[in-house]
Amino acid sequence: MTQPALKRDIGDTILAVDNISLSFGGVKALQNISFSVNEHEVFAIIGPNGAGKSSMLNCINGFYHPQEGTITFKGETRRQVRPSVAARTGIARTFQNIALFKGMSTLDNIMTGRNTKMSTNIFLQALHFGPAAKEEVEHREVVERVIDFLEIEAIRKTPVGKLPYGMQKRVELGRALAAEPDLLLLDEPMAGMNIEEKQDMCRFILDVNDEFGTTIVLIEHDMGVVMDISDRVVVLDYGRKLAEGTPDEVRGNQDVIDAYLGVAHDDAEA
Amino acid sequence: MMFFLETVISGLMAGVMYSLVALGFVLIFKASGVFNFAQGVFALFAGLALYDFISMDGWFYELFGFALPVWLGIIATMGVMVIVAWLVELLVLRHLVNQEPIILFMSTIGLAYFLEGLGDILFGSDVKPLDVGLPSGASDYLLDNYNFYVEKLEVVAALIAAALVIVLAIFFQKTRIGRALRAVADDHQAALSVGISLRMIWVVVWSVSGFVALVAGIMWGSKSGVQFSLSLIALKALPVLILGGFTSVPGAIIGGLIIGVGEKVAEIYAGPFIGGAIENWFAYMLALAFLLVRPQGLFGEKIIERV
Amino acid sequence: MFYREAGQFKTSYTADEAIFPILQDRFFIGAILIVAFGVIPFFIDDYWANAILIHFLVYALAALGLNILTGYCGQVSLGTGGFMAVGAYASYKLVTVFPEMNFIVVILMSGFITAAVGVFFGLPSLRIKGFYLAVATLAAQFFLVWLFNKVGWFYNYSPTGMIVSPPREVFGFLVTGPDAHPAARYLFCLSFVVVFAWAAKNLVRGRIGRNWMAIRDMDIAAELIGIRPLEAKLTAFAVSSFYIGIAGALYFSVWLGTAEPTEAFDINQSFFVLFIVIIGGLGSIMGSFMGAAFMVLLPITMKSIMVDGFGFAVGAAKHAEVMLLGSLIILFLILEPHGLARLWQILKEKLRRWPFPY
Repeated sequence: MTQPALKRDIGDTILAVDNISLSFGGVKALQNISFSVNEHEVFAIIGPNGAGKSSMLNCINGFYHPQEGTITFKGETRRQVRPSVAARTGIARTFQNIALFKGMSTLDNIMTGRNTKMSTNIFLQALHFGPAAKEEVEHREVVERVIDFLEIEAIRKTPVGKLPYGMQKRVELGRALAAEPDLLLLDEPMAGMNIEEKQDMCRFILDVNDEFGTTIVLIEHDMGVVMDISDRVVVLDYGRKLAEGTPDEVRGNQDVIDAYLGVAHDDAEA
Repeated sequence: MMFFLETVISGLMAGVMYSLVALGFVLIFKASGVFNFAQGVFALFAGLALYDFISMDGWFYELFGFALPVWLGIIATMGVMVIVAWLVELLVLRHLVNQEPIILFMSTIGLAYFLEGLGDILFGSDVKPLDVGLPSGASDYLLDNYNFYVEKLEVVAALIAAALVIVLAIFFQKTRIGRALRAVADDHQAALSVGISLRMIWVVVWSVSGFVALVAGIMWGSKSGVQFSLSLIALKALPVLILGGFTSVPGAIIGGLIIGVGEKVAEIYAGPFIGGAIENWFAYMLALAFLLVRPQGLFGEKIIERV
Repeated sequence: MFYREAGQFKTSYTADEAIFPILQDRFFIGAILIVAFGVIPFFIDDYWANAILIHFLVYALAALGLNILTGYCGQVSLGTGGFMAVGAYASYKLVTVFPEMNFIVVILMSGFITAAVGVFFGLPSLRIKGFYLAVATLAAQFFLVWLFNKVGWFYNYSPTGMIVSPPREVFGFLVTGPDAHPAARYLFCLSFVVVFAWAAKNLVRGRIGRNWMAIRDMDIAAELIGIRPLEAKLTAFAVSSFYIGIAGALYFSVWLGTAEPTEAFDINQSFFVLFIVIIGGLGSIMGSFMGAAFMVLLPITMKSIMVDGFGFAVGAAKHAEVMLLGSLIILFLILEPHGLARLWQILKEKLRRWPFPY
């Protein structure tokens, strides 16, 4: 299958990863990884389990601090950045194992995504007065648009702990979207979903990319999905970069076939 | 110098006592994830029961007209502690499976209240001098030859504590139940799935910590009588726990010694300048300062956070 | 049937975000406030004020504070007694050093001072978590009580070490000291509690409350979506200590009139407030009130049943009371670990359907 025809202008480099190395004690999770992501692009990171994909995302949004190398986002080069600062500069993400706030409602969870854009102080909030109340309603409107977009109106006030898995994934995407990010990191957004849920999720990801122009970096194991929706792909294996390119190029790369696709293909048939 | 050494030694001995109580906490926390606030009250209750069995003015004497010899009294008290452990499992823990740790913690505070009230009603709240034949007074040998003051009782306490730790280590490492205990401590569900009975294990663990509490009760009781304040040694053991880690047996021992020494030295050398009686909080501050440097405690593993 | 939100449509987000969006809740709260402000003051006497009503109000406020920290932000604290002591001693020093200061300002200032102390003792929470933190807060408890016991400046070098609250007026009514009318003292406390309960509700449904809950539910994820753990945890400590400090100030100056640190603010206070929070329901404003009512009324009821009803000796009754309290707490935790607030929710659910449950 080929690329769905999307009317987007792929822009200049928004994120450049340069020679990143990360190790935990003696374990080398990432070795000299470099790649760059262009604006408005859907970029996939693939590779077998333990290849270092999640570590890569964790480096990009500042949760892990790589020992070597730099990350340039929107023209700003940095090596070590605090996660909250990364979030403020426009990076949002979802997690491999759902990391929602289970005691809170869907609405409140998505509202937390607006946190970085809210500013009234604690005293005004305690009085729920003037600017504080106004701010709350303004952000509520943005969040309601996200809720509308993801078609989760019905579960607006349900505690997320009670929602089924697929819905939780959707709420998590909503929380990331509420931050109106420039770069959206999705860590296995379709893991554990059935085929309908996957189709929905694909549609949402492409719509986000299409309508808001958000750059997307995603990790996914479902090769069909990856090849369908991404513009370019980077392949990691044991912390090293095997290949980078369009889905078709990567599909034809012998290293990749040996290291990964062949194995995955055998698994699928077995 | 001699005085400083005496201070350190007496601190070490006090530390052994703290370690004994902390050990009871660690055993229960490891095996059932329960932060058992009632551990101090356990020691009090064991001390009270033992006193009742071996003295002339308890229920036992009144009912049967004779008092038990010390060794039989200790065995009988152990029996009481096993019954307490069994009741705790039957009436409390069993109904609180899968609850939040804080709920379990609160329930042990309830348990502490309950046992405290029960102990008072059954045995009265006056101070009881517990005499199980442990030596007391200063060690004459050291005092005469080196002019060095060490309490005999404290030396004995240290020896007994060491023996206790060795016995527990063997129990944990070499016996079938010990292995099951370690399995439960590691992962409740996995242990259940290989056929280990969680309930039995909990009764065993609570009994063992009841036994540790009994030893602590005997030691503290011999030193300063069995009385309500005995239950407060739980509060002394808590800084030991955060210093050594909630799950580490060696941590409990080393932590206890550090706290014991630190407290005594601080009380004698720094206390007079800031008004004295600092031992109530000094241990906590010491442990806290330590934690800020090493959040996982003395023997805890480095925590790698992941998402 | 009685509790139905059907038909109550909201046409704006402002209306949907109102503090009590459902009509019945507004009636209920309104009725309680009318009784509390308009009826009770005419019937109150010293016994009711001291043994039940002010007792309840002070602990409800302290529980609100602890609930913000433990129930909403997930940081377990056992230092409540120590922080109450800070509030009490701050109010004492302010009243005696600045006799002209308005008494309402005194109470508020005591809260702010306690908030500062709370932030200081909250700093370790940035590095340590869970029970380690709970034990660490005991450092605050023991240190503060020791401090107020040992340093004469705090109790103005009074020979007994006690502090005694001098008489003070608010709007011309005496609210502290032995001559104060119970109704004045009661209304003074009630006003504080109502205002701050309302403020707490506002906080927990706004940005700050969401950040607290995010930290509680999953601190790493919270940090990764841009919530600063430092800010969230320290504001929780500050607000919580502020409430507890005000509770401590009222406890000392309006309720007891005298205090002495080792008795009045010992660790059992910390446990008592924690019990209120757990029994009321973690993370529920309403629960703090229900828990306080439960824990205040329980000992009184038990005592009157045992001493007056069965003729127990007072001493034995005291021990039996401790024992019963312990077992009731365990029983309660077994039956409803989510607290009275959950029972209340279930009741509302039942009322909504009653009498046609299907």
